[in-house]
Amino acid sequence: MLGSRYARVALFLAAVVAVQLLAHAAEKPFFLTQLTMAAYYTLVAAGLSLLMGYAGQISLGHAAFFAIGGYASGYLTTVDLTARREGPLVAVLARLHVLVPHADLYGGEALSFHPWAAFAVAVVLTLAVAWLIGVPVLKLKGHYLAMATLGFGTIVYSILLASESLGAADGLGSVPPFPLLPGISVGGGRAARVANYYVAWGLVALALLVLSSLVESRVGRALRAIHGAEDAAASMGVDVARYKLKTFVLSAVLAAVGGSFLTHFNAGIGPAEAGVMKSVRYVAIVAVGGMGSLWGTVATSAVLTFLSLRGYFGTLDDAVFGAVLIAVMLFSPDGVLRFDPRGALRTARDRLRGSGVAG
Amino acid sequence: MSLLEVSGLSKRFGGLHAVKDVSFRVEKGTIKAIIGPNGAGKTTLFNLVSGVIPPDSGAVLLRGEEVNGCPPHRIAAMGVSRTFQQIRLFAQMTALENVMVGVHPRSRAGFLAGMFHLPWTWREERDIERRAREALELVGAADLAGADATSLSYGQQRSVELARAVAAEPELLLLDEPAAGLNMRETSELAKLIKRIRERGTTVLIVEHDMGLVMNVSDEVAVLSYGEKIADATPRAVQKDPEVIRVYLGDDAC
Ligand SMILES: Nc1ncnc2c1ncn2[C@@H]1O[C@H](COP(=O)(O)OP(=O)(O)OP(=O)(O)O)[C@@H](O)[C@H]1O
Ligand SMILES: [Mg+2]
Repeated sequence: MLGSRYARVALFLAAVVAVQLLAHAAEKPFFLTQLTMAAYYTLVAAGLSLLMGYAGQISLGHAAFFAIGGYASGYLTTVDLTARREGPLVAVLARLHVLVPHADLYGGEALSFHPWAAFAVAVVLTLAVAWLIGVPVLKLKGHYLAMATLGFGTIVYSILLASESLGAADGLGSVPPFPLLPGISVGGGRAARVANYYVAWGLVALALLVLSSLVESRVGRALRAIHGAEDAAASMGVDVARYKLKTFVLSAVLAAVGGSFLTHFNAGIGPAEAGVMKSVRYVAIVAVGGMGSLWGTVATSAVLTFLSLRGYFGTLDDAVFGAVLIAVMLFSPDGVLRFDPRGALRTARDRLRGSGVAG
Repeated sequence: MSLLEVSGLSKRFGGLHAVKDVSFRVEKGTIKAIIGPNGAGKTTLFNLVSGVIPPDSGAVLLRGEEVNGCPPHRIAAMGVSRTFQQIRLFAQMTALENVMVGVHPRSRAGFLAGMFHLPWTWREERDIERRAREALELVGAADLAGADATSLSYGQQRSVELARAVAAEPELLLLDEPAAGLNMRETSELAKLIKRIRERGTTVLIVEHDMGLVMNVSDEVAVLSYGEKIADATPRAVQKDPEVIRVYLGDDAC
């Protein structure tokens, strides 16, 4: 089991390298930009796969967590605190290099949060929000949970859209690159394209390693048990509410990490990232990838998100994801990568006749 | 002190008094049966003891400690395990994985330990698997380990559920109609198995309609009728109790 996990991650990394070499050989280096963006969206899908596919809890609000991460990083690294320089808190933070001076839009100097500090705040903020939302909302099941998380997503979207300090409909721009390691920054234009591509997919590989370890652990079994029969899991000693909450928070934090990195990479973020259609998109990707298949979800996300970002779906972009969702639910509720054509036909026939709809 | 003491327990569902002022004790190391006609409140009583539903009034004491109001996972952690009248196996998991979940109260690897596959969890995982295989062996289902649990036959599913319930070597095991749907040979195997589980140090409280099984394995039998306890004595004495004969054995000995 252990061997196969590392082998899979190695295989995954080999595929990442192969795609980069292919893009290079085909003289389409600009593909790497969309591939890098796709990686950050894939982090959301991977976290959601854990929540939906393993713990069996749906969320139609994960785009909001992505946006919270992105906006927190974007806002804190662009807000100018120069005017409050004399305030005790600002002074201390500046002394600790949490706040750093940098060139602003007009060639002057601004005092803002260091991207690492902003990232830390983004993660902690998301953790807190997910916890606060998760406690009441996760008491709900099925459709009710879907509705409640949808409501949460809508609220976050509306707040972002209405906040002048967050750029309202325009969102945030001029977000500086994120100096991740010496010599490697997230963002920073064409020159850093290849490095950024590897940083992004390296992060996905790391997430995969961690999540697949979790899935194969005692906790992973408990999550699948909750999915299978919640009351029986509780009677076997599984603290169902706590496990659901922790899974929800973990997947939210992964989404926020994706949001934060993508905001630095793109040098900005807009309110559409928190939109309901984005949340539906993540759910569709998990559904296609296969409920309970992390690897299927990651592969699906990479392909569909890349195609979407390259504009292959044209004006039908959102419609494609909606249609995909309908098709999956009709033909293969367990996911396309576990597709069993004969079983699917049977299911679809039963459903269309209205007889196979169980509870 | 009794291992389990139930005192004055009541539960209403709307106008229906499903359990009405029921008190009884289960001594450590014994096998106690609860019998009664359909709808007498036996499963409700199990749900109250295992924390699935809270009582309206009364108390459940485990080793003298009041546990009513505790959520089911806390009660499980205190050494109470159960099976269900309607089989509740985990779908899309193998029989072995199902039983491994049963070891949950005896293991502790959490989210961080799982995510980072910490070395101390490797040993714990092996220990969980060993216990689970032993439990499957005990119920005679070792060869089913790799099978998808919900695709097994009814009798096999009952065995796996029992293995899951005993995998953590609970102090108190609640069995809700374990013989339902079993044939005579399987039922007599079950009787032996229940006695063997008691020998391993587990106290057993069993709800069962099969009188042969009840009279064979039990040290004590309590009888419920319309939510009320009408008798509580040795199997022999209960069989002779005129009230019991009237409400239960008399009209329809299922
Ligand atoms: N959740 C519930 N809501 C409403 N009524 C319930 C509920 N659970 C049980 N009841 C009712 O309470 C009464 C006792 O039910 P219970 O399942 O405890 O009986 P039982 O003794 O286990 O019966 P059986 O031998 O058929 O399993 C029944 O009339 C049942 O319909
Ligand atoms: Mg019952």
